[in-house]
Amino acid sequence: MDIHEYQAKEILARFGVPVPTGGLAYSPEQASYRAREIGGERWVVKAQIHSGGRGEAGGVKFCTNEDEIVAAANALLGRRLVTRQTGPRGKICARLYVEEASDIAREIYLAFVLDRASERVMVVASAEGGMEIEELSVERPESIRRISVDPAAGLLEFQARELAFALGLDVKQVGRAVRILMGAYRAFRDLDATMVEINPLVVTRAGDLVALDAKMSFDDNALFRRAEISELRDKSQEDPRESHAADRGLAYVGLEGNIGCMINGAGLAMATLDMIKLAGGEPANFLDIGGGASPERVLKAFRAVLMDGNVTVILVNIFAGINRCDWVAEGVVAAFRELDLTLPVVVRLAGTNVAEGNRILARSGLPIIAATSLADAAEKAVAAARTL
Amino acid sequence: MAILIDETTPVIVQGMSGRLAMFHAEDMIRYGTRVVGGVTPGKGGQTLFDRPLFNTVKQAVEATGAEASLVFVPPPFAADAIMEAADAGIRTAVCITDGIPAQDMMRVKRYLWRYKAERRMRLIGPNCAGVISPGRGFMGIMPTHIYIPGRIGIVSRSGTLGYEAASQLQALGHGVSTSVGIGGDPINGSSFRDILELFEADAETDAVLMIGEIGGPQEAEAAVFARDRMKKPVAAYVAGLSAPKGRKMGHAGAIISAFGESAQEKVVILEEAGITVAPNPSSLGETVAGMLARATAA
Repeated sequence: MDIHEYQAKEILARFGVPVPTGGLAYSPEQASYRAREIGGERWVVKAQIHSGGRGEAGGVKFCTNEDEIVAAANALLGRRLVTRQTGPRGKICARLYVEEASDIAREIYLAFVLDRASERVMVVASAEGGMEIEELSVERPESIRRISVDPAAGLLEFQARELAFALGLDVKQVGRAVRILMGAYRAFRDLDATMVEINPLVVTRAGDLVALDAKMSFDDNALFRRAEISELRDKSQEDPRESHAADRGLAYVGLEGNIGCMINGAGLAMATLDMIKLAGGEPANFLDIGGGASPERVLKAFRAVLMDGNVTVILVNIFAGINRCDWVAEGVVAAFRELDLTLPVVVRLAGTNVAEGNRILARSGLPIIAATSLADAAEKAVAAARTL
Repeated sequence: MAILIDETTPVIVQGMSGRLAMFHAEDMIRYGTRVVGGVTPGKGGQTLFDRPLFNTVKQAVEATGAEASLVFVPPPFAADAIMEAADAGIRTAVCITDGIPAQDMMRVKRYLWRYKAERRMRLIGPNCAGVISPGRGFMGIMPTHIYIPGRIGIVSRSGTLGYEAASQLQALGHGVSTSVGIGGDPINGSSFRDILELFEADAETDAVLMIGEIGGPQEAEAAVFARDRMKKPVAAYVAGLSAPKGRKMGHAGAIISAFGESAQEKVVILEEAGITVAPNPSSLGETVAGMLARATAA
């Protein structure tokens, strides 16, 4: 789960990471009021969307008076910002963060990530801040420093100190950097984050260290014990199809095609999408109905697939282990009856209770297109999509 | 013995009295798996399917001599259950649970390393379908009728794609020595490489089918191992050719977040290591059969 910059900064500030003074605004009036509260003569108005690359997409505006702040807020609020991370649909900007502008002397890159190779938290830093890590690793790979954190001991002060010195900070700044590193690590660990990125961490002309931008992502699997993080969810930043499915416990990813997919198991779901593409079709979504799916859950999955107006054919591909083909079949029949389905539906069942599942489908008398294998299912779905 | 489990392996089920665990424990018993008991804290002294239930894994191991455990415990408590098994002297734990926090798994992995190699528990999963040695025994949730005994080893992140592979092999008359689901989480107990190593040493396995997916470095690591350390032929498939970058495809670990993690890149890495890659998920069986035919001819 992702959160906004201002939320990440509030969290990091609680863990002792210095951030610029700022305030949240939902309207141009609020934005100018926030600037007055903050004081000073230079402010930054920042679009709050779940994406990096906001600056180059025009989502960050420097202002020196109230008129500029109102103009910036008017330009950003309600707009869909398209960055290189959002995809063509962009993300809606409904909140602004107004901040005092900082006097920047140096920019540092700092991030905490879950490293899958070492299966540990890794601290990644570079003296060349401001650039995205992808650019850094291509253009200045030698500038990137990494520290692996032993989960039993946590990040150790000497590790933080070594890193701070390696970044070329002076003695006074090293002490501050160590506090920032230790605080950000504790935030990562205590809140089940999967990523904390402070880019840039700036050294101001006065020699202070400040987190100028901040991003945090959290482990969806740990939200059950992080109620305070779950509350930070902003559905306006999600694909509405995905919000709908996620609220019903379904793993769904919206895609651009017209073949709606309902599959059990993430691997088989990905493979089915691959097979549709190879057969010349385009999947509308990834959807894993999960294990032990009841007929009600299958019905919910149908509703989720049908949220997408582009869907013209539905493909159900089930290889049941922990699932039961008879329950899935009952769900398919229920979907036809309760949702007045008129679209072609291709169903392939295999595995646990497959005979009973196929009997239920056959007995229903519904115009279900039965498929016998993965390839057969994909070909029949693509053919059905073509004839429409 | 195939790998990880055979008809002699004494197995317990942690969380056996749960609804889904009961369904699958009964299936395991019916299949001939040597299930010797179960663990549910608070239900010690009761029996289930004529097997004793225990309050702790230690008590279960002492009373039954259990060597393997199937962990069927809900996500908030699963990491603790795995570590309990490791401490009680279980040799192999298979964890089915989906949804364990990544930091819990980090702690589990670190905890397992506290023990010396000779008494360190091997963990399979979590978020996996389990392990089956056809005709001998299984620990997991797979539909058993799609597996026939044979000499192909299967290792797969995804459970359902593992089923797909087994049934395609069955249709061509090829059986399976052992099929191992290593799970779809970013941090898992055993990697592809770990399982390839077991198959390479197993006298009852002739060839291996490895089914990977987008995300993470384990397929690339396995490719190097297969190239440098294996004599047996390896075929592979990587799911997610059409997955968009940065999107989590169901499995917590199925996300392209770094260079080399897309399906296309993994296919290249595998092929460069001499591994036969199936062009699509419907040709898993044919690809293995073709590879075996070539190996026999050569």
